[in-house]
Amino acid sequence: MRDVLLTVVRGLGFGSVYALLAVSFVIIYKSSKVVSFAQPALMLAGAVLVSYLAGPVGFYLAVPLAAIAIAMLGWGLERTTIRPMIGRPVFVVAIITLGLDIAIRVVVNVFIGPDVRNVGDPWGLSTVDVLGLPVQERYIAMAVVLLVVGAGLFAFFRYSRYGLAMRASSLDQETALVQGVPVGSMTALAWAMAAGIAAVAGAFVGAGGGVDQSTWVIALKALPAIIIGGLDSIGGAVVGGLLVGLVESFFATYQGEYLPFLGQNFSLVSPYVLLLVVLLVRPYGLFGTREVERV
Amino acid sequence: MTAVREPSKSQTPAPAEAKGRRPLGRPMLYTQYGQDMALLNTGAKKVAVGVLLVVALLMPFLLEDDLLRLLATGCVLAIGAIGLNLVTGYAGQVSLGHAFFIGIGAYTAAVVSGDPEDDRLYGLGITFLPVWLLAGGLAAALVGFVVAPLASRLRGLYLAIVTLGLVFLGTHIWNEWDAVTGGVGVGRPAADPVLFGVDLSRRTESFSADQQLYLLMFVLLCVFALLGRNIARSAMGRSFAAVRDRDIAAEVTGVDVRRVKRRAFVISGFYAGCAGALLFSITGYLDPSSFGLLLSVQFVAMVLIGGVSTISGSIMGAFFIALLPRLTRELPEYLPFLSSSATQTPNVFQVETLLYGLLIVAFLLLEPRGLFGLWIRIRNYWKAWPFSY
Repeated sequence: MRDVLLTVVRGLGFGSVYALLAVSFVIIYKSSKVVSFAQPALMLAGAVLVSYLAGPVGFYLAVPLAAIAIAMLGWGLERTTIRPMIGRPVFVVAIITLGLDIAIRVVVNVFIGPDVRNVGDPWGLSTVDVLGLPVQERYIAMAVVLLVVGAGLFAFFRYSRYGLAMRASSLDQETALVQGVPVGSMTALAWAMAAGIAAVAGAFVGAGGGVDQSTWVIALKALPAIIIGGLDSIGGAVVGGLLVGLVESFFATYQGEYLPFLGQNFSLVSPYVLLLVVLLVRPYGLFGTREVERV
Repeated sequence: MTAVREPSKSQTPAPAEAKGRRPLGRPMLYTQYGQDMALLNTGAKKVAVGVLLVVALLMPFLLEDDLLRLLATGCVLAIGAIGLNLVTGYAGQVSLGHAFFIGIGAYTAAVVSGDPEDDRLYGLGITFLPVWLLAGGLAAALVGFVVAPLASRLRGLYLAIVTLGLVFLGTHIWNEWDAVTGGVGVGRPAADPVLFGVDLSRRTESFSADQQLYLLMFVLLCVFALLGRNIARSAMGRSFAAVRDRDIAAEVTGVDVRRVKRRAFVISGFYAGCAGALLFSITGYLDPSSFGLLLSVQFVAMVLIGGVSTISGSIMGAFFIALLPRLTRELPEYLPFLSSSATQTPNVFQVETLLYGLLIVAFLLLEPRGLFGLWIRIRNYWKAWPFSY
């Protein structure tokens, strides 16, 4: 029982990070109907920036600063490479983001160097007793960040003018334009927000273990999460992210014991198996909108 | 009141004796549909293809061995790129899982050709090239057949993400299945290219190994390219394009969309399997870490840089990507701040990876039709000369 609970806690902890990443994918998807493969690079860039800033200004100030800087980067990417591609097939834009990802990661890797870089988080691997369970503090921090960011996004989209404008332009760009919504600026804002959220997620991916040149793969685990949740649902992305975290955590704890033939480290690819299963049953994900097709 | 016009005589089909003959001095005049659809439908194409073939066949006697090896790799990559272009360019089914199919082909061929005496690795000991080549191709085609139903349920980016998942699952399988792959960091010998008792990867009396491999890969590329071009210009290619452009409209007009998607994946899988089988027989060694996301991205880059839905574009793109590492190795001579050692920071390997990324972005932004599009621009300039359009 203790094992199960600890597995659940770890799953929800990492799941929160996946959920954050998934939310950043969904925000971009809702604004420009593109899955941004540049998110891994932005996440890694955020983590590395935090690792450099944490020394001089402290972790708690470094995270928002890095988020703002990476948000500016995301905004710049949208203006230079995504905006000229409006009206072109989404696949082409997706591949552009893939190219951006490769290029940005080369630069970021220079700053990471060959070793693991500590992001300078205050938690490390220390634990705190919750109802008799030794829960790692970083999992609690991850969950809290998800709650804070999630609540902030909810309030932003529900109550602010800009949130309303973004919702309008994702619903129907032309109609929004006619109503006076600057659709282009809203897309840029979406990219900036998504990049900022990815940077925050990066800081927490590195919490405890640090980041190295292969950490970017973690961001791709958000892809099963958004597919499971449906590409255009932020709530679905959160649920999908947590689900991916739980599945991965349970496979990590129990697969070696019960399904040893699947090989070591199967937990790392288990999200993709989950993805295949969900898509075969529900092609638009659990919460996605079914597209109405016209010829 | 105007009288109803009678159909004029000139609109009736041309007489049968004109069949196959094109009038001289009128290069743009096609009197029959078949002439327009012909493999080499203009005189210029006939000349250009002929010259290219002759030059390519003379290469082994003009170039150094290390360049020939690079060109042989380019030929094999071109086979794989044609396969990806058939499914992604012609049929519009975005696949980021090409590396997975390449891996299946490579390992099937390695197992078929492997040493049966070796108790660490599986091997059947059939080193005859056509056997393991077909085995690799067919195994990957079979997997394409199994994966294809996903494509008929999903579309666009959903499909791209699922095929991306296939790459990760594939990497896991290759890492863990030691009896086939040799395990991470150990690897296994690749398939031996033996043709009629001659091992082409060893030097013989008259040719060096690289000359033989280049000629082999070039001949195979010609076969696969011709096959690909014929698929593209026949009814199958037109049904691919119909599904790509609007699958519902294609279905309404009588194209069986599921079957077309399945065919596209099977054919693409076959090409990828063959390319995988051949690719590693050049170096003679394969490691599980070769089949990651980067390989898939490289193939996507070949297709996009070369030209989407063109066979010649795939070939150009493949050679471009194959020669890019070699070109960046030359850079430190001109840019002294670049280092050619992997441990110093601005080094050629970083430049190479950076170039993959930036070239994809630049081509898509500036010339979406890729290298093939550049060629079209040049050709149109001279066609219209001295007018600008």
